[in-house]
Amino acid sequence: MTAVKVADEHPLDAIIRADRMPHIWCPGCGIGIVMRCYAQAILDSQVPVDQHVVISGIGCSGRVAGYMNIDSYHTTHGRAIPFALGMKLAKPELMTTVFSGDGDLVAIGGNHLIHAARRNVDINVICVNNFNYGMTGGQVGPTTPQGARGTTAPYGNPELPFNLPYLLSASGANFVARWTTIHVRQIREDILYAFTRPGFTFIEVLAPCPVGFGKLNNIEDGLEEMELYRQRCVRVRDGDVRGDDLNIDLREDKPIYVGRFADRDRPPYEPVKVEVK
Amino acid sequence: MMDDLRVLTGKHFMNGDEACAEGALAAGCTFFGGYPITPSTEIAEHLARRLPEVDSVFIQMEDELGSMAAILGASAAGARSMTATSGPGLSLMMENLGLAVMLEIPCVVVDVQRGSPSTGLPTMPGQSDVMQARWGSHGDYEIVAYSPWSAQEMFDLTILAFNIADRYRTPVLILGDEVVGHMIERVVIPPKEQIDHWGRKRPKEPDNGRYEPFKVEDADLVPPMVHAGEGYRVHFTGLTHDERGYPDMSAKTHHQLVTRLVNKIRNNADQIIRTEGYYLDDAQILVVAYGCTARSAQRAVREARQKGIQVGLLRLISLWPFPEALFQELAEKVDTIIVAEMNLGQMSREIQRVTGRPVRGVFHAGGEMIPPESILEAIREAAA
Ligand SMILES: Cc1ncc(C[n+]2csc(CCOP(=O)(O)OP(=O)(O)O)c2C)c(N)n1
Ligand code: SF4
Ligand SMILES: [Mg+2]
Repeated sequence: MTAVKVADEHPLDAIIRADRMPHIWCPGCGIGIVMRCYAQAILDSQVPVDQHVVISGIGCSGRVAGYMNIDSYHTTHGRAIPFALGMKLAKPELMTTVFSGDGDLVAIGGNHLIHAARRNVDINVICVNNFNYGMTGGQVGPTTPQGARGTTAPYGNPELPFNLPYLLSASGANFVARWTTIHVRQIREDILYAFTRPGFTFIEVLAPCPVGFGKLNNIEDGLEEMELYRQRCVRVRDGDVRGDDLNIDLREDKPIYVGRFADRDRPPYEPVKVEVK
Repeated sequence: MMDDLRVLTGKHFMNGDEACAEGALAAGCTFFGGYPITPSTEIAEHLARRLPEVDSVFIQMEDELGSMAAILGASAAGARSMTATSGPGLSLMMENLGLAVMLEIPCVVVDVQRGSPSTGLPTMPGQSDVMQARWGSHGDYEIVAYSPWSAQEMFDLTILAFNIADRYRTPVLILGDEVVGHMIERVVIPPKEQIDHWGRKRPKEPDNGRYEPFKVEDADLVPPMVHAGEGYRVHFTGLTHDERGYPDMSAKTHHQLVTRLVNKIRNNADQIIRTEGYYLDDAQILVVAYGCTARSAQRAVREARQKGIQVGLLRLISLWPFPEALFQELAEKVDTIIVAEMNLGQMSREIQRVTGRPVRGVFHAGGEMIPPESILEAIREAAA
């Protein structure tokens, strides 16, 4: 075994809690890639670093809050969005970003997700979709493709998954995008863009979870899943979110549509103000 | 102008729910997130009209899980925040109540109790959430809860609740009931200068981003509170954490943290507890009651006194933390303890545990007030 070399410095040291390394993520996990894009976007943004806050729920993706060297809140399973909403409305100058997983945001937190999008409250959501509950060991969830295996679906998932761009667009989010972990430039750019957009923004990032999802679904490792993304991704412009084509199934030779699916100007939520004479 | 609108100094005629809402305004509440539920809805309705007048946020959330999370987020950003609900909603708030304890985020949760369990009697009173208030979230923790018996106390105790929440960085519950919430009474709102505002203990200047937000330096075990966006770059997690706020998965840190959180309330219990005694000096029979039931108990005790029975009343204004020392002292003096409550024996268990004495219960599962006659009868039996 070769000795592990630890670099003295990292370009993101200023914004990552280096004293908390090593992180808990498995080799080949995609979450770190998305966190890196988020961190870079914060540094590149016009908003002072100390005005950024990150709020996470529970899950491997939810651990991001603990690694970012900004004000960070690691809350309860599914409740990051309403926590963020309270924070944003109490202190509107904060740039409030929720970083969490598909199970956290869409299963247990699904009601908050659609209602925050409907209200168009001015927060950004970054959703790492690894098609399963990684942290608890590879159970199926609301984004698992039908037929795919999980530890709670040993015969294959009997349920149909959500199409997240469709769900979020229909619910009213101002900005909806989907990328994969090979799209590091686009992720960073769209997070930066989301910072500038009023209202609710939602960026879904497909990410490998070789331990939870890959292992049970014949995807050898993180690299192989990245390779699948590279081969199959099709960039859409003004994408129609309604099509069944938007459902993702890594096991079949089907395209994975990525890009921006909604970018519009519904008025963002504002608390009621009244003038009293 | 805005200050005048926050504190409606003067004499009013209003129901307990409205008084609670006015108490929140007077206390400087700037964020309310809630979900409608009888018999607490008037609090939300009143604040929906009043908070925008004072440049503050009212939001109706999608459910009580969201309400509880939202008030924590708002408080973590510096707001005095509150929600109001009844039994079914309180059940849904329990997980994030535990988060408030663990993250030490102050907030006020009002539960206007109705007949329970389940949907129970939505429009009728109950007092059967008192043990859920104490133990409803998972894990070891201490909680603060007040139990108003009048519209005036719905106002006064809401202000106290905000002050205690901030002072000890803890969630505080107001356990009202349908009678107190819907009853219309005189409420006196004092001038603004007479309303206590204790505020939060706050840290000094940010220190190169190396601030330790959960380090305790004071005997009260309360760390100063950092708000979001102040440059300290703090981490708050519901995981067991060290003084830096970083997750630490060791049994030692866990024991230290949970013990501190518990002792933070236990050691300061004398500052938090409120009780009121009537005719206690020579009492041989002790009646204990709280909330609307204490109104019946007061009348029963007064009538029994007129008949020459040596009986006194202890009204619990706070339910949690429990006044253990006071009960041990009283148990030495009295022959009989009677507990009247609108449940089938909840606070009475705690009284039994602390005094080591059997108690006579005047219990009713809820739906209507326990009448003075039932309590008087128990007093007579005890005196016989
Ligand atoms: C109320 C509650 N229920 C269940 C759990 C257990 N749990 C922890 S993480 C998790 C799933 C996380 O999945 P996801 O959000 O997709 O994150 P990932 O680990 O895949 O990044 C579950 C079910 C919990 N912590 N809290
Ligand atoms: S279990 Fe999956 S999501 Fe969690 S760290 Fe490992 S690879 Fe990443
Ligand atoms: Mg997941």
